[in-house]
Amino acid sequence: MSQTVLSIRGLTATFPAGGGEAAAVAGVDLDLRAGEVLGLVGESGSGKSVTLRAVLGLVRPPGRVGGQVLWQGRDLRTLPEPALRRVRGGEIAMIFQEPMTALNPVLPIGLQIDESLRTHTDLGRRARRDRARELLDLVGIPAAARRLDDYPHQFSGGMRQRAMIAIALASEPKLLLADEPTTALDVTIQDQILTLLLQLRDRLGMSVILVTHDLGVVAQSCDRMAVMYAGRVVETGPVAAVFDRPRHAYTLGLLNSVPRGGGPRLPLRSIEGAPPPLTERPPGCAFAPRCAFATQRCRAERPVLQPVGPDAAVACFESDRVAAAKDAA
Amino acid sequence: MNLNHVAKRLIQLVPTLFFVLVVIFVLVRLLPGDPTSAMLGDRATDADVARLNAQLGLDRSIPAQFLLFLQRIVQGDLGTSIHLKVPVMRLILERMPVTLALTGFAAILALLMAVPLAFAAAMRRGRAADTAIRGAFQVGLSMPIFYLGLVLLTVFAAGLRWFPVGGYGDDWADRAWHLFLPALTLALSLSAVLMRNLRASIIEVLGAEYVDFARSKGLAPRLVLGRHVLRNALISTVTLFGLSVGTLIGGAVITETVFAIPGAGRLMIDSIYGRDYPVVQGLTLAMAVLVSLVFLATDLMQAALDPRVKS
Amino acid sequence: MTAIGLAPARARRRPSAALVAGLVILGASLVLAIAPGLVAPYDPAAFDYRALLQPPSWAHPFGTDNFGRDILSRVIWAYRLDMQIALFTTLFPVVFGTAVGALVGYYGGIWEPIFGRIVDVVITFPFLVLVIAIVAVLGPGLFNMYIAVGAVGWVFYARLIAAEIKVQNRLDYAAAGRVMGYGDARIILRHLLPNTLSPVLVYWMTDMALSILLGASLGYLGLGAQPPAAEWGLLIADGKNFMSQAWWITIFPGIAIVLTGFGFSLLGDGVADLLRPDA
Repeated sequence: MSQTVLSIRGLTATFPAGGGEAAAVAGVDLDLRAGEVLGLVGESGSGKSVTLRAVLGLVRPPGRVGGQVLWQGRDLRTLPEPALRRVRGGEIAMIFQEPMTALNPVLPIGLQIDESLRTHTDLGRRARRDRARELLDLVGIPAAARRLDDYPHQFSGGMRQRAMIAIALASEPKLLLADEPTTALDVTIQDQILTLLLQLRDRLGMSVILVTHDLGVVAQSCDRMAVMYAGRVVETGPVAAVFDRPRHAYTLGLLNSVPRGGGPRLPLRSIEGAPPPLTERPPGCAFAPRCAFATQRCRAERPVLQPVGPDAAVACFESDRVAAAKDAA
Repeated sequence: MNLNHVAKRLIQLVPTLFFVLVVIFVLVRLLPGDPTSAMLGDRATDADVARLNAQLGLDRSIPAQFLLFLQRIVQGDLGTSIHLKVPVMRLILERMPVTLALTGFAAILALLMAVPLAFAAAMRRGRAADTAIRGAFQVGLSMPIFYLGLVLLTVFAAGLRWFPVGGYGDDWADRAWHLFLPALTLALSLSAVLMRNLRASIIEVLGAEYVDFARSKGLAPRLVLGRHVLRNALISTVTLFGLSVGTLIGGAVITETVFAIPGAGRLMIDSIYGRDYPVVQGLTLAMAVLVSLVFLATDLMQAALDPRVKS
Repeated sequence: MTAIGLAPARARRRPSAALVAGLVILGASLVLAIAPGLVAPYDPAAFDYRALLQPPSWAHPFGTDNFGRDILSRVIWAYRLDMQIALFTTLFPVVFGTAVGALVGYYGGIWEPIFGRIVDVVITFPFLVLVIAIVAVLGPGLFNMYIAVGAVGWVFYARLIAAEIKVQNRLDYAAAGRVMGYGDARIILRHLLPNTLSPVLVYWMTDMALSILLGASLGYLGLGAQPPAAEWGLLIADGKNFMSQAWWITIFPGIAIVLTGFGFSLLGDGVADLLRPDA
């Protein structure tokens, strides 16, 4: 078992909202091992994107971040700003969902790669240009040398995403935070990008946190997964295991709602109700109002993430019942 | 940005300028009553009237008059001033440079005031400094230019005697000294509009995802601001600035009146009082041409700055 | 993200400080405009040869001018004229501009480039210069100023509305209306226009403030309101030759202008906050 490179404990991110405070991230615990792809799953508003930004210290005021983020033994939350800037881009990189808005439209791609290289490496100008070309090659952009001087709008959607990956990986980070990198792409391109990410993971020995709401993406490319609901992680484990036997009712609901093709026609299943608004979370388990397994205890007391087995954890008092239910379904 | 693009834009100017000429032509023809007598005043003799009629071609049909008008314009003949008895074109060439000096000076001052303060307000958005800056500029926006001019004139020129009370001056240095207060007046007014829009623009840019991306690469804040934010905010500034030239010229008219500066603006007002319509006509045309050229320049600069603008 | 089939929703919001402040200032302005006689201590046209060029005092809080007229009363009476200016200058442009803009935005076709050309020509003239030129031709006076601004000013509203209507027309709720067989007029008036209300109202507020400035400028230049009317621009012009000895003649009317302009801006901001559709 490889070592843990990233360890998040009790991460919170709160924003002022309508007189009170909204906790977009209400207490996240995560572990990431070297070379693994961790899928962070949840619906819109579950706090997954904010979690990534909080890791890199990109949450803008008036948002406030709390908790501990241990990267290779150092707590990123207590690092002084210049040191944190060395980590950003140099050790941990991030890619965003929509490349058209994440890439500066008035700067050429080559320059956007170059500035990262200048910040994190000692390479001279010619060496940087060569390296930039190599990077575009690496991510599969043809005619790399010419493309360095092109602007983002001159690339097609999939190529833009590749360009963004090239920019992010310029300084060979060890961890890539990918915020829904395939959501804005068509299915065929999605597949290409995911394959690319896995290839890069192998070649560069990176770890990846892949945020997505698409279970198909998780199944295809992740080693382990963490499910988020209402700002908290409710279940973690190896992908195959969680898919096979979910232990949290929300995960169960998610998996059941994926339409299945090939068999007789069945009605679509969804999870009734909606996640609570950020400012009004119930006292007990946030999912209890929608949960078929909820008990009095669930409504009163909030379950914490507990290990179940060597590699998995779940935050649910009734996880055994949930696990058994999958067999029955 | 290439020659092709420039040529294209220049050609697009032509129809607009044509209609501008139509409007100006119609404007003067709107004079109630007999235009010639109105132009010449009560003391005109019949011979004078007949002569002016022939000169203006008023004895012909309207379309013929318009053609004559166009023909003369192309030849640079904008008519003759009734009161000053010199060709209008000459007056324009004498007075326009003064107005240009004033507006140019004002534009520079306005930029110097608006840009840094817009940045300051945008980056401290919602805090005390932001509100203070916006409040101050809001007052400037609500203040009539002539009022501001009068106040500055009284306090700094008549009162403290730091600056002369109007006039234009002799050489470059003297002129700069004479023009400072009027340019400041104009600039304060203009910068209020600029600051507000620029601040909104910068806030939008600051919140853009590419700024987050740039930060996630570990770039130094100065680099993020200077390269990523500034370049994008600049594009909207340039556009806005170009669009403000009309306001600038209008403001110059008032400022020249308050500070008694011998520019085209003051000539305009004097000519209106004196019913010197050829001059009014010629000046309106000259100003419209000036505005068109500024729009053109803005367009081209935008194309140069923003790679997304295609020819 | 707006639900595609629905028109943009509006939240119920508490009125902001800006809105309240704006309403207070403008409310007071309206009161002064409607009933100046109730508030003004003196007859604005009354000469008083015993009190020429008096500085501010208890008897005359804003001082007197070179005819002994009480400045405070004149400033108050000017509210009537200047508020009128704000309204009448903008009324025709708003109504006509909205009508034209809605039609151009909705029907498009060849009207768009024609309208575009009109806009091009209008914005090539500096606005003040054009207004002054028209007033020069028609003769000085407030009514001619209304004509001059009306002839030109509608273009700006039309441009704004045309762009907004075009955007709204592309949304699904407009298509839904057409599918239901609603006539064009009904769609434009009851569905599209209400959603374009916010930017137009805000622009109108700003425009009213600018109109007061324009009216005052023309008054100062002698091309707008004519003496002996009480209008802030005229009042400022009255004092311009006495700035060193009797600054109050000029200063106080100017403050009234700034205050009223501020009121309109605040109201505009407040209205914008209130009507902003939920994202």
